[in-house]
Amino acid sequence: MMTPQIAVFLVLAAVTVAGAVSLILQRHPIHSALSLIVVMVALAGLYLLQGAEFVAAVQIIVYAGAIMVLFVFVIMLLNAGEEERTNVSRLARYVGVPLGIVFLVEVAYWIGRATAHLGSAPPEMVSTRDLSSLLFREYVFPFELTSFLILIALLGALVLARREDSD
Amino acid sequence: MVPTSYFLVLSAVLFGLGVIAFIFKRNILTIFMSIELMLNAVNLAFVSFSRLLGQLQGQVFVFFVIVVAAAEAAVGLAIIILIHRNRGTLDVENVDSLKD
Repeated sequence: MMTPQIAVFLVLAAVTVAGAVSLILQRHPIHSALSLIVVMVALAGLYLLQGAEFVAAVQIIVYAGAIMVLFVFVIMLLNAGEEERTNVSRLARYVGVPLGIVFLVEVAYWIGRATAHLGSAPPEMVSTRDLSSLLFREYVFPFELTSFLILIALLGALVLARREDSD
Repeated sequence: MVPTSYFLVLSAVLFGLGVIAFIFKRNILTIFMSIELMLNAVNLAFVSFSRLLGQLQGQVFVFFVIVVAAAEAAVGLAIIILIHRNRGTLDVENVDSLKD
């Protein structure tokens, strides 16, 4: 039974996995960054499919917007070129890659089997209003702590990236 | 509706691809991006369970994970700029002074 939701899920999942594979296969970091942006936008679509509008919006604004722009800035600033091809050992190429793929398929298969009995989520939607009241009542202290964390990270980044000879 | 196990399988696949990218890539920027990919996979599992159990705590956690990822990206990229300034390379194969 192929409901429209499942069709949308399959399309978005294919885009996500294709983006992630492209992140691995691309040699230039800017191409990898663009692949990662594709993954994040498709993930935002998956969040929307699950009725998590706030998380989807934050995903687009913070992840695909702010964080990836930071990545692209640094790639351009450092003028990062293509990865050099180094000769990987034969063992890594002919044993490591298939083993990695087998491991990936195995984990996905067993997680799928172990969670198949969960069924699908109940149809009622949770609203952003409930989320905000939870965030600003029960989790208000962690929320304030994150602003402190951001401030410390900002100062740390500033101190780290400052040129020593400028003062 | 879509069964929750579909989302969890996708999350596992994305996390695995993130691990593979982390191991195989040589550019430190791409390695950093694969960490972001793994964080995204975990966020997808959080949202799926939050939806399945009808509890919003999972989405609150996703919000905190995104905030921490932003802080991590700022500090990590500053460190990458420092490595590039001091060593003139982004290849992790050449950043091996702890080896000697």
